[in-house]
Amino acid sequence: MPWYVDITARVGAMLIFLILTVLALVWLERKFAGRIQMRLGPMRTGYQGLLQSLADAVKLLLKEDLRPANADRWAFQMAPFVVFVPIFLIFVTIPFSRELVIRNLDMGLFYIIAVSGLSIVGIVMAGWGSDNKYALLGAVRSAAQMISYELPLVLALLGIAMQASSLNLVTIVEQQRFLPNLFMQPLGFTLFMVAALAELHRSPFDIPVAESEVVGGPFIEYSGIRWGIFYLSEYVNLVAVAALASLVFLGGWEWPLLPPAAWFLVKTFALIMVIMWVRATLPRLRIDQLMDFAWKILLPLAFVNIFIVGLYRLYQWPTWTVSLISLAMAIVAAATVYHFPGGERR
Amino acid sequence: MPGEYAINYTAVLVAAGLGGGLVAFLFIISYLLAPHHYSEEKAISYECGMLPMGRFWSQIHVRYYIFAILFMIFDVETVFLYPWAVTFVSLGPAAFFEMVIFILVLLFGLAYAWKKGALAWR
Repeated sequence: MPWYVDITARVGAMLIFLILTVLALVWLERKFAGRIQMRLGPMRTGYQGLLQSLADAVKLLLKEDLRPANADRWAFQMAPFVVFVPIFLIFVTIPFSRELVIRNLDMGLFYIIAVSGLSIVGIVMAGWGSDNKYALLGAVRSAAQMISYELPLVLALLGIAMQASSLNLVTIVEQQRFLPNLFMQPLGFTLFMVAALAELHRSPFDIPVAESEVVGGPFIEYSGIRWGIFYLSEYVNLVAVAALASLVFLGGWEWPLLPPAAWFLVKTFALIMVIMWVRATLPRLRIDQLMDFAWKILLPLAFVNIFIVGLYRLYQWPTWTVSLISLAMAIVAAATVYHFPGGERR
Repeated sequence: MPGEYAINYTAVLVAAGLGGGLVAFLFIISYLLAPHHYSEEKAISYECGMLPMGRFWSQIHVRYYIFAILFMIFDVETVFLYPWAVTFVSLGPAAFFEMVIFILVLLFGLAYAWKKGALAWR
């Protein structure tokens, strides 16, 4: 097969896989959150509501597309593209197994960080172009939140790069054959997951899209399929973050018995379920708590994590020491958060 | 056949094209299927059910700007950190501690901003 047919086929297969996964995830999230809150969740469309997300997708396609008269036409219409495309680009180098990958980039980890930062531009475009105060407010909040939590996220992944001495995701996974990085860097994993929740705008960090404050934030003026694209992007991003965490922290496909891609999917979906569980459990933070948490707790801890991993790699400490130190730091972090003063009330 | 590098980043371009293509395809389907009943009222921005007061242009607090500056500083730092992270083991302790000093200088900046109250959200 010529190379261009090969990559096009792989990208197309990935796109179809993602759309089907998102349809499944929307159903799963509603069902899972429903069960946690002692409801049934969707029940009417198909067996156990299995066709619910398909019905929703068709409904979104059939809705009228509205645009405010004063909206900035280009910013408003291009925003769904600018949000969706960078998030999809992450999947170019997410390996499902050694061979099941679109292209295995040598700078995979760095590439993912680079493109995942781009979708914030789309969100600001959506907020700016909508001619709506809530949209602009939500977009600015979103930008502030995403740039603040990008730092702990990137620095937590830096610990992985130091551990593996490589940015190639396949190499990083293969080094975890015996011991997943989760056990080496529990602190790094905690930082990554917390920052990822904020990057995903998911509860408890859903301030930019909070219904009771900015009525849906940047996406307030979008209707029909344009809004649907943002919704799709949100779930694709969820899959991307969970997939990345399962690759760099949980060891990806490198476990025995099951076929490799199956292990990868099991780990990814387990992480997605955890994120959904968090959403169904925790209330929303205030914005001052949110920013304090990023800059005063997560960022210093991320540097501590780098320092520990660096010493370990440089002086060849035994594995258990670094695990213990990192775990202790994670517990200290948890205790700090638990006793963290929620800021002055004014 | 082009080199490995060219193929890798062609794949990125193809993914951008197909991803954008999917969005455009959905828009076109929706354009063909959805109703079009334009009215003046529908094109008014939403504002709690009332007629909107003025345009969307409102004042944004300066604290967002301060956080953006702080972000720039540390984000540029991470760009320096990644090449170092891959090679610091082979470069030895000197490279590691030089980077620790670099990070400490920047952390001093963070501590200064913290002390000056730039990190307080009020």
